[in-house]
Amino acid sequence: MSRKKPCTLSGAGDLPGESRRDFLKQSSLLTAIALAPDAILKAAGEHWDEKIAGVFEKIALELEVNGVTHQFSVEPRVTLLDLLREELHLTGTKKGCDRGQCGACTVHVNGTRINSCLSLAVTNDGKKITTIEGLANGNTLHPMQDAFIKHDGFQCGYCTSGQIMSAVALLKEGRANSETEIREYMSGNICRCGAYPNIVNAITEVKKGGLS
Amino acid sequence: MNHFQYVRPTETAGAIKSLAKDPGAHFLAGGTNLVDLMKMNIVIPERLVDINRLPLKQIEKTPSGLRIGALATNSAVADHPLVKEYFPLLSLALNAGASPQLRNMATVGGNMMQRTRCPYYFDTLMPCNKRAPGSGCGAMEGYNRMHAIFGASDKCIAVNPSDMNVALTALDAVVHISSTKGTRKIEFAEFHRLPGEQPELDNHLQKGELITTIELPASSFTKNIEYLKVRDRTSYAFALVSVAVGLDIQNEVIASAALAMGGVAHKPWRLKTVETFLKGKAASENVFREAAAIAMKGAKAYEHNQFKLKLAPNTIIQALKTASGIVS
Repeated sequence: MSRKKPCTLSGAGDLPGESRRDFLKQSSLLTAIALAPDAILKAAGEHWDEKIAGVFEKIALELEVNGVTHQFSVEPRVTLLDLLREELHLTGTKKGCDRGQCGACTVHVNGTRINSCLSLAVTNDGKKITTIEGLANGNTLHPMQDAFIKHDGFQCGYCTSGQIMSAVALLKEGRANSETEIREYMSGNICRCGAYPNIVNAITEVKKGGLS
Repeated sequence: MNHFQYVRPTETAGAIKSLAKDPGAHFLAGGTNLVDLMKMNIVIPERLVDINRLPLKQIEKTPSGLRIGALATNSAVADHPLVKEYFPLLSLALNAGASPQLRNMATVGGNMMQRTRCPYYFDTLMPCNKRAPGSGCGAMEGYNRMHAIFGASDKCIAVNPSDMNVALTALDAVVHISSTKGTRKIEFAEFHRLPGEQPELDNHLQKGELITTIELPASSFTKNIEYLKVRDRTSYAFALVSVAVGLDIQNEVIASAALAMGGVAHKPWRLKTVETFLKGKAASENVFREAAAIAMKGAKAYEHNQFKLKLAPNTIIQALKTASGIVS
């Protein structure tokens, strides 16, 4: 896979008038790239100019998100979390720590729960993603969503979509056989409000079939 | 995060070639460590070679043991019936690490390559010989509560954070490696290295080499096993000290033993002298206390990790008691 040649980015004629300054700024960067690509790559790493992004290749990507197939063209550095939130505006999936430590960004990829903040979107090409928005059936909430409401499994709510996505996966994994097991296998989802006892109660009820 | 080129080969040979072409290239597997380090601008790759589509996910029986593809995820290995039956110690150690979500992403090969969690390695404003060779060690005179008590150097006192590595060391795993020059294998215990004068090197993998398979030889440690991990919270935290124990007890006598520690050194810390000591002895608390004392020879603590000099032997004793079924 080769880097896009600078000349393929855009001609001056394609640019609206107000973008002329941007074009000049870009074109000087393009010249620099032609002369010293490695140096510019390093410069980009040091955030000299975010605009340089445009001259780097974007990767074609197809994802099925909550049952709908989408095509994207994305920079390889975009995480699955950012793609869901910024491109598809599915903001139910939260960005907490953005470093794989809090679990607020938990989604299912091909049915498996992962931290979407540490997954580059392009690595998921062709896969099926389920987010919190994909759990309900029309206006009927998923039993786990009902249980979280019933048991007050949240306070501020920021971790809740991640908690619910993890909890749904937990049941599928067969890991909800005791309170100890639920706590251990929910440990990747941090709740700073401390709603843990209620979260465990919600999961326990769904496990017992109370709300399904 | 910096810009980088992205390639996604589907064959191992192509992936190796693609990496070899560019000195700034890195392999990308589960990404749970690398993507984090890229966000922090600690690793700034010019090219990522996404190896997730390579056919290296298999977990299969061999005539004498088990072969695990380097791209098998931590959860796939931990939950695999063959692993649970023949290498339950590996299962225990894997499930003690990270969170379910991370274990679903992280791979065996990637876990082996995991960088230290030393906070001075992560803080780009602080000196760190591992991140910026020659800049000094922030931990040596700094807050070194999580740090090494064995095998450190005056350049680095960081520890290897992996739980899986501790079990694989105890189980005498063998690492299979491929490069443009061909293939080679290396004992797991020899894969990681001590910091010495070059703490920037965590292991003996050479530039351009790819871990392809982990081979586990047949093990007699299927019943009397324990992975005891002591940490600041019950789950989802790195080890202060961890101990992997495998005992083969025949007629109440320890026929053979395998022990390794985590959270105490720059590499998983195998306790060979303890294994030799335990061989032929009957399991008892006194014997285990002696074993722990042998294990601690040469330990050296720093300002904030003095507690590990007590915690480590106690963890060894407790792990041996649990593994052997002695209840106090």
